[in-house]
Amino acid sequence: MATTQVLIGEVEAPAEPQLIVNDMSIQVATVNGSGSQTSNLVLLRAIFRMGIPVSGKNLFPSNIAGLPTWFTIRASKYGYIGRRKEIDLLVAMNPETVEEDVRALDPGAAVVYDERLDVKKYRDDLLFYPVPFDKLVAPVCPDAKLRKLVRNMIYVGVVAKLLNVDMGDVEKALRKQFKKKVKAADLNFAAVKAGWEYANKNIPKQDHFWLERMNLNEGKIMIEGNAAAALGAMFAGVTVVTWYPITPSSSLCETLIEYMKRYRIDPETKKATFAIVQAEDELAAIGMVVGAGWAGARAMTATAGPGISLMAEFIGLGYYAEVPGVIFDIQRVGPSTGLPTRTMQGDILSTALLSHGDTKHPLLFPCSMSECFTMAIEAFDIAEELQTPVFVMCDLDLGMNMWMSDPFPYPEKPIRRGKVLTAEDLDRLGGFQRYKDVDGDGVGNRTLPGTRHPAAGYFTRGSGHDERAIYSEKPDVYVKNMDRLTRKWETAVGLVPRPEIQESGKDGIGIVAYGTSHWAVVETLDQLRREQNIEAGYCRVRGYPFNHEVVDFIRRHQRVYVVEQNRDAQLLGLLRLDLEPELIGKLRSVRHYDGLPIDARSTTDSILTQEIGGTAPAAAASGMNRNTPQEVQA
Amino acid sequence: MATTTVPPATPKKVNRIGLEQADYKGNKTTLCAGCGHNAISERIIEAFYEMGVEPYRVAKLSGIGCSSKSPAYFLRTSYGFNAVHGRMPSVATGTVLANHKLIAVGVSGDGDTASIGVGQFVHLMRRNLPIIYIIEDNGVYGLTKGQFSATADVGSKLKTGVINDLPAIDTCALAILLGATYVARSFSGDKRQLLALIEGAVAHHGTAMLDVISPCVTFNDHEGSTKSYSYVKDHESPIEDVSFVPFFDDITVDYDPGTTTEITMHDGSRLLLKKLKSDYDPTNKGEALRVLTEAHDNEEVVTGLFYVDTKRESFIDQLNLVDEPLATLPESKVRPPKAVLDEVMESLR
Repeated sequence: MATTQVLIGEVEAPAEPQLIVNDMSIQVATVNGSGSQTSNLVLLRAIFRMGIPVSGKNLFPSNIAGLPTWFTIRASKYGYIGRRKEIDLLVAMNPETVEEDVRALDPGAAVVYDERLDVKKYRDDLLFYPVPFDKLVAPVCPDAKLRKLVRNMIYVGVVAKLLNVDMGDVEKALRKQFKKKVKAADLNFAAVKAGWEYANKNIPKQDHFWLERMNLNEGKIMIEGNAAAALGAMFAGVTVVTWYPITPSSSLCETLIEYMKRYRIDPETKKATFAIVQAEDELAAIGMVVGAGWAGARAMTATAGPGISLMAEFIGLGYYAEVPGVIFDIQRVGPSTGLPTRTMQGDILSTALLSHGDTKHPLLFPCSMSECFTMAIEAFDIAEELQTPVFVMCDLDLGMNMWMSDPFPYPEKPIRRGKVLTAEDLDRLGGFQRYKDVDGDGVGNRTLPGTRHPAAGYFTRGSGHDERAIYSEKPDVYVKNMDRLTRKWETAVGLVPRPEIQESGKDGIGIVAYGTSHWAVVETLDQLRREQNIEAGYCRVRGYPFNHEVVDFIRRHQRVYVVEQNRDAQLLGLLRLDLEPELIGKLRSVRHYDGLPIDARSTTDSILTQEIGGTAPAAAASGMNRNTPQEVQA
Repeated sequence: MATTTVPPATPKKVNRIGLEQADYKGNKTTLCAGCGHNAISERIIEAFYEMGVEPYRVAKLSGIGCSSKSPAYFLRTSYGFNAVHGRMPSVATGTVLANHKLIAVGVSGDGDTASIGVGQFVHLMRRNLPIIYIIEDNGVYGLTKGQFSATADVGSKLKTGVINDLPAIDTCALAILLGATYVARSFSGDKRQLLALIEGAVAHHGTAMLDVISPCVTFNDHEGSTKSYSYVKDHESPIEDVSFVPFFDDITVDYDPGTTTEITMHDGSRLLLKKLKSDYDPTNKGEALRVLTEAHDNEEVVTGLFYVDTKRESFIDQLNLVDEPLATLPESKVRPPKAVLDEVMESLR
C-alpha cells in the first residue's frame, strides 16, 4: 500500500508530506430526515470493522425532518474516542449550513460537497472535492421518490475511496444496518459503489488523510449507552418498568421492551416475567415505580431533566418512606424548548438534592458502555439494599451515540435484594419494626405486601412515623428518624461505586471528572504531558455520596480541576458541601456548556489558561491542534 | 365439693376463614365525630369480614386529605401506603403490577381525585386495573379548612357564604366514559346499599369505582350545601335496590325476573339489582350516562350501580403476566443466562 502520495492542490503542501494515518475527524452536514443517519452509521461501522478505534457523534435538532444535522466520526489509532472539535474532512450536503460549515474549518481541511454548492467562494485555503450527487444517484435509483434517501449513500462511497475505507467492510456494515431488508441494502450499496467509482475516476487525492487496517477492535462491540443500560436493567432482573417518552431517554425503554420480549418470557408458560407500562406522564411513571418498589418489584423508569423535575415530590416520599427504585436520567440541555437534543451534565445538583425537606440521593456516574451495563445492575442492588431511590446519571452523548466497547461481563454475583423479611423470618423473630436500625447501618427490615403473616403488615407514610411505622409528629421521634437516615447515607458511601484514580506520582495538579467528560480528560492528560510536561493526577468520580478516596485525592494535590459539562460547576458545588474550607480552596473549575460533547483541546486550554495565565496557552497558540502523542494508548 | 358450672362461652362469631369482625378493624379514627368517612370505613370492615378476605392480601392506598387518612382506620393488619396528593392511582398501579394477587383498595377524596389527581384518575379508569377505588366525596377540602372542590355542585354555598359557580365534575360519568367496569354512587349514610356495593366491588375483577357522598360535618353540612346529610336524604333517588350474594353462600333468592337483574361476578358471587326506576340496564353505557345527566338536570342524587362489565379484560390480563407475583420471582426467572448475553454481544459486533 502506498504510504506517500503526490499532493495536488491549491494550497501549499504541508510541511510533512506523509499521510496522516488513522487519526482524523470527519464531519457530515445534512438535513434531518434525509436518511443520512444510516449512511453515517455505515461509515462508522466500516471503520470499526477495519480495527481502527472510532467514535461517532450525532448532533441533531429537535425535529423529525428538515432541520440541519451533523454527524462527526473520529478515527484514532491512539484510542481517543472523545469528541475532537477540529474537522479534517467535511461532507457538506446541506445548502442551508454550507457557508457556516465551510467557514468553521481549519486551513488545509478537505470538503466533499454537492457540485451545485459554490463552496469555493467562501474559502480558498481548503481542498475541494465537488461531487455531482444528483447525476450519480439517478441511474442507481430509478424511483425518484427514494432518491432523497439513497443520495446520501453516494458520499459513503466517495469518502471510502478518498480515505481508503475497505469496501468489503462497507458492504458488511451496510447489510448489518439494513438487517433483513435485502432489496433496500442492494439499492443502497449500488449508490455507495457509484460514489466510489466516481471518486476513483474523477477525484485526484489531494488531502493526506488515510485509513489503514489495524487490529485494535478485536472482540469489541458497538452499542449506544441507552441500549447498554437497558441490557443492564434486564440482567439486573428488573420486573416493573414505567416510563414516559422524553428525548434523550426514550430509546432506553424502547430497547428494553425489545430485549425483554425476546429474553424475559417464561419459556414454560409463555408469560411475561415483567410489566412495562407507558405512563401518562413522569409523575405517574415515578409513582408506579414507588408503588412497585414498595410492593417488592425491581422497578425503574428512565427520563431526562424535565421529567426529573416532575418526579421531585415522589422522590422525596421515596426517600422518607424508604422505597427502592432506579431512575435513569439521560441528561440534556434544560427546558423542552431550546436545546433538548443537545448534551449536558445538567442535573447533578438538582438530582442529588431532589425534593423538599432534608433529602439526598445516591447517584451513579457511568462513563462508558460497560459502565452503563454494570452500573444499571449495581443501581438495583443499591436501591434495594438501601431502600431508597437511586439515580443513574447518563447523558445524551453517552445514551444516544454509538460507542465501542469490550463485551459486557456477565454478572456473576447473585442479585442482592436487601433486608426483606419473609413469613418464616417473622415467625423466628416474633415480629419486626419497620424503621428500627437493627444492624447499625441505618437500614431497617421490611416486609412485602402480601406476606402471609399477622405481624407483617405496616402502614407506610412520609416523614411522621416512629420505628414501628406508627404515625407520630413528636420532635424527638422525628429527629431520631432523621439521624438514622444520616447513618443510612453513611452506609451509602460504601455501596456506591468507588472512584477510579490514576496517580501522577506528583502533588501538583489533579483533575476530577465524571461521566462522558472522562473521554476528554484522558486525552487532556496526554496533552498536558506532551505540551507542558505537566503530569496531572486523575480521579474519576463514579458515585455520590463521595467516597473518602475522592477527598484524599483532593487533599494530596495543590490544585484540583473539576471538569464538567455545565455552566454552574454542579459537581464542584456538591464537593463544596462536603469538603473542609482548606480543601475547597484547592478547587478550580473547567466547564463546557455549549450543548456539544466536551473535547480535550478546550479542556486542556482551560486548564493551561488557569495554570499559566494569559489568554492563549503556548500550545494552543502555536496551532498544535493535531494530537501527536508519544505513546500509543490503545 | 360443689361443682361449679361454667356457662359455656358464647362462641365468637367468625367468618369463613375463622376471623372475627374485630380482626378487620383499624386504629381509632382521628377524623371529626360524625364524619361520613368513618361510616365508609365501617362498611369496608364489614364487607371484607363478610367476604372472608384475608387481610394480608389487602393493600390500602391513598392520596392526601381527610379521606386519605382513613385507611389507617380499617384493616389494621393489612399493608397501607399514604402517598402523594392526587397520585394514589400511580402508586396503586405499581403495587398491583408488582403483585397482582393483592386486593388493592384505593381511598381518595373529591379534591384528591377530581382536582389535583384528575389526570391519574382518568388514566387509572381507562386501564381497568383491578382495584376498588372509593371516593369519599364531600365537595370540600376538609384538611385545609373548607375550600370548594371540583365535585361541588353549581350554586352550592360554603359556610363563609361563597357560592360555587362552576359545574361539578361527575366522577361516575367520567369513569364510565373512560372504561371503568364497575361504577356506582352511594351515600355514607346508606348502610345497606353501600355494603352491598363494596362487596360487589371486592368480587369484581377490574376497576370498581365507587363515589360515596360523605358529608363533611365541619365544613359542608349546613343549609345551602348539596353534600349535607339533609340535602342528600331529601334528594337521594336510588335506581335499584342492591343485594349481594357471595359465591360461598348458596342462597336462593326469590325474585320476580321482570324486576331484578342478576349479575354474576368473576368469583361466582351474584349481584342482585332490583329495579326501582323504569327499565334500568346496568350493562348499557349510554343508559348509565343518560341517567346521570338527567339526575343533574333534576337536581337529584341518583345512587346505585350505574354500570358493570364483567367481560372486559383487566390491565393485568392484558399484560400477560406470569402467575407468581413479579415481586417474588426468583433470580432464575428474572436474570437470563450467560448464553443470552453472549448472543446479544455477538449481534453487536
